[in-house]
Order: sequence, then structure tokens, then C-alpha cells
Amino acid sequence: MNDRPNATELLAAVERFLEETAVPALDGPAKYHARVAANVVRIVARELATEDAHGAREWEGLAALLGDAPKPAARDALHAAIHARNEELVRRIRAGDADAGPWRDALLAHLSRVVADKLDVAKPPREKR
Amino acid sequence: MSAPQAGGSASDAMAAALAAFVAREEGLAPERVRAANLRRLAGGASREIWSVDLAIERDGRVDALPLVVRKDPAGRVGDGGDRGVERGVLRAAFAGGVPVPRPRWGTSDASVLGAPFFLMDRVEGETLPQRLLREERYAATRAGMAAELGAILAKIHALDLASPDLAGVARPPAGVAPARAELAKTAQAIRDLAVEPHPVLELAERWLAQRAPEPPRIALVHGDYRVGNAIFDERGVRAILDWELVHVGDPIEDLGWLCTRAWRFGSPLPAGGVGTREQLALAYEQASGTKVDREALRFWEAFGSFKVALVFVMQSRVYLDGRVRSIELASLGRRTVEAEDALLRFLRGEE
Repeated sequence: MNDRPNATELLAAVERFLEETAVPALDGPAKYHARVAANVVRIVARELATEDAHGAREWEGLAALLGDAPKPAARDALHAAIHARNEELVRRIRAGDADAGPWRDALLAHLSRVVADKLDVAKPPREKR
Repeated sequence: MSAPQAGGSASDAMAAALAAFVAREEGLAPERVRAANLRRLAGGASREIWSVDLAIERDGRVDALPLVVRKDPAGRVGDGGDRGVERGVLRAAFAGGVPVPRPRWGTSDASVLGAPFFLMDRVEGETLPQRLLREERYAATRAGMAAELGAILAKIHALDLASPDLAGVARPPAGVAPARAELAKTAQAIRDLAVEPHPVLELAERWLAQRAPEPPRIALVHGDYRVGNAIFDERGVRAILDWELVHVGDPIEDLGWLCTRAWRFGSPLPAGGVGTREQLALAYEQASGTKVDREALRFWEAFGSFKVALVFVMQSRVYLDGRVRSIELASLGRRTVEAEDALLRFLRGEE
């Protein structure tokens, strides 16, 4: 285990530095880019906090649509497996399997959940509409 | 917003070259034209925009002209459209009563400023959507803007495609509806550039393909008609800008793009964040004397989000390939999901 502060606590320090020190001290494009950087840090922090839950949910949704498969335990392996199953999803969509019927409804419900999760990471609640 | 560049010998030389060029074009002695206050306004890598004040002395009086220079970057022809085509389109639009900056002199001769350029009138006013949508002094402008944008669009779409000024404008491929051609092009670009599978975009492509409209007529399409590309003040719209993406196509494309979710800037109002689809469509119908097919409008609005998805995919790819290491480009890939969210609303039948 690494020592505290942990990753989330370190990111909070970077975000504070950017917002409270860098942004006020800078002008023009650099000021704007410091704001963007602070936003990127917040995205990473939200991703760290939700990654496991979101990954598990996407995996379960894909398994319900495409059939069960052994879920990789390691995070990188899970990412690769989700990528591969999404490619399979794309092949099924291109084959017309999602043009109508209950599978389309299930697919739309799954994709809506995944997009809502991705939005939770990409945008803070007050910016969502 | 980029800061104005400090004056230097390079911009002094550019100002002198501009003054000499205009004097030649007007058949005046070189000392009759003076250029002052040249400064860089904005523009990305594909084009430059400068502000300059010209004083032209003729027949004992001096005309002061506040102008803008639109120029490709020196040393190459920009990929942000062709300055000659843009000037021709502005000429046709100005003659057709469309509020645009009046185009003045220009040349494709790169020896004058190092790249093709043209001069146009500088229109005073504001372009920032956040100001339009939030500031009290623009309340009247906001209230009338959807109708105003619809009526202006009718004038753009009424421009005569046979005009020599529009000869260089891109035409749609023969024998295929513009909607189908645009959809195929955008879908292929997403497939070529995306580094991840995007099931939502695949579903959206099929939804769009089933609804691609056959337009009753084709017209000059602005191509990027939205809040942010219009100069406004307290009285309303002063000028329509950013004609780089102009092409011949289905006129409803412009109405749909204006309603695309990304261009509402957080406002609940669909038409550019300032009005309803019906306010826009009715004003357009009244000014143009043509009906707006509401299903075609729905297609083009959804297609707008499909195109926005491509823009984010494209920009993040530029970062991922290491071509431009900017924090802004790096952050844009995470906005692809906003376009997917907008498309899912159509796929679920909510829009």
C-alpha cells in the first residue's frame, strides 16, 4: 500500500492549486487552460470513485444482452473484455438484430444506463440536463 | 479568447502591405491609403482573423473604414475552407439582403500577405452565447431571436445557386439525397477515427438511415448556422459569420443544426437556446413561403448530434495520436457522451 495522502486526496490538492493559485495568477489562454485542467482533475477523481461500480454494471448489462462469460478480476483485463463485448454489440447492431423487438428495448435500457454513468463522470450534476 | 498580439515590425509590415494593396485596387497613389490598429483577433490553426482600420483619402475627403482581415496562415492554404469561395458567398449574401459583414477587397495572390486573404467590414456587437443567454440587456434580443434567425435563414436559402459568386461552393453528389450523403460521410469518419466501439452511434446511424429525407428543393446551406456564429446587440442579430462550411444541400439541415442540443448552451429552449422549434419553423415558413417538413427537421436535429459526436471523436484522436498535446483537446473526448445522450433521447422516442 502506498502512504496517505491517497490518489483522491492528492488530486484534490492539484485541483485546489489549479483553481486557487494558477487560475488567478494566469491570463488569456493559459488561464482558460488552467480551468480546463482543474475540470480534467475533477473528471479523474470522479472516475476513480465510480470506476469499479460502473465497470461491474456495464459488464452485467453486456452479459444480459450477449450471454454470460467469466468476468475478469483485474481492472485492465475487465476493460479489455468490455471493449471486446462492445465490439460484439456493434456487430449485432450492424447485422440488424437491434432494429426492432425486445432485444432492442433491452439494448436501449443498457446503453442508457452506461451513458448515464459516463455522464456522471464527465459532467458534475449541476451541468447535466 | 486569445489576447491581442502586441504590435511589432511584422504587423507594421503587414499593415503597410494591406494599405498598398487597397491603394492599387482602388487606383490611388500609395500615400492615399493608411492602415492603423492592426491586431490579431482570433482564429485557429486553419485561418487568421485580424482587425484593422483603413483611412482612404479621395477627392479631398477621408473615409474611415473599420475592417476585418480573413486570411489563411502564411505558407499554406488553410483547411478551413477557401477564402475566395468565402468572399464570393459573402458577396452573394450581402447582395441578397442577408446581414453579413460587407466583403471588400481580396486576392488569392499569396505574394501580398503570404497567403490568400480578403477584407470585410467590421460589425460591432457580441458573439458569446453565454452573454446572449444570461445578460439582462439582451432580453429583447433573446425573445425575438428564434424568429429572426428563421427569417434570415430564409434569405440565405433563397440565394440563386446559378450566381457566379457561388460557383465554387461544394455541391452534393448526383443521384443521392444530401441527407444520405452527409450521413454516409459522417458515419465513415467516425468508424475511421474512433478508437473504441460506440454502440450508441451505431444504433443512431441506423435510426438516421431509416429517416433520411428526400428534400423537395436544394439550396445554399450555411453549414454552421447557430448561436455563437452570429453577431448580436441589444436590438437583435447584426451579422451572420463563419461561412467556412457553406455547401449546397437540404436547407432543413441549417434549421436542424441550430436546434442541436450542443448549441443550446445549457438552455432548455431547443432553437439555439433562445426559442422553440415552432417559433423557428413558423418564422422560416412565413419568410420563405415554403413548408418545413417537421420529420426532416427532426432528422437534421438528430444528425447534428451525430456530427457533434464526430467532432469530439476527431479532436480526441488528434490528442491521442500526439499531434497536438493540448489539455483542451485531451478533455474533449469525454464530451462524446454528451452527443450520445442527445442521440439516445431520439432513439428512445423522447424527441
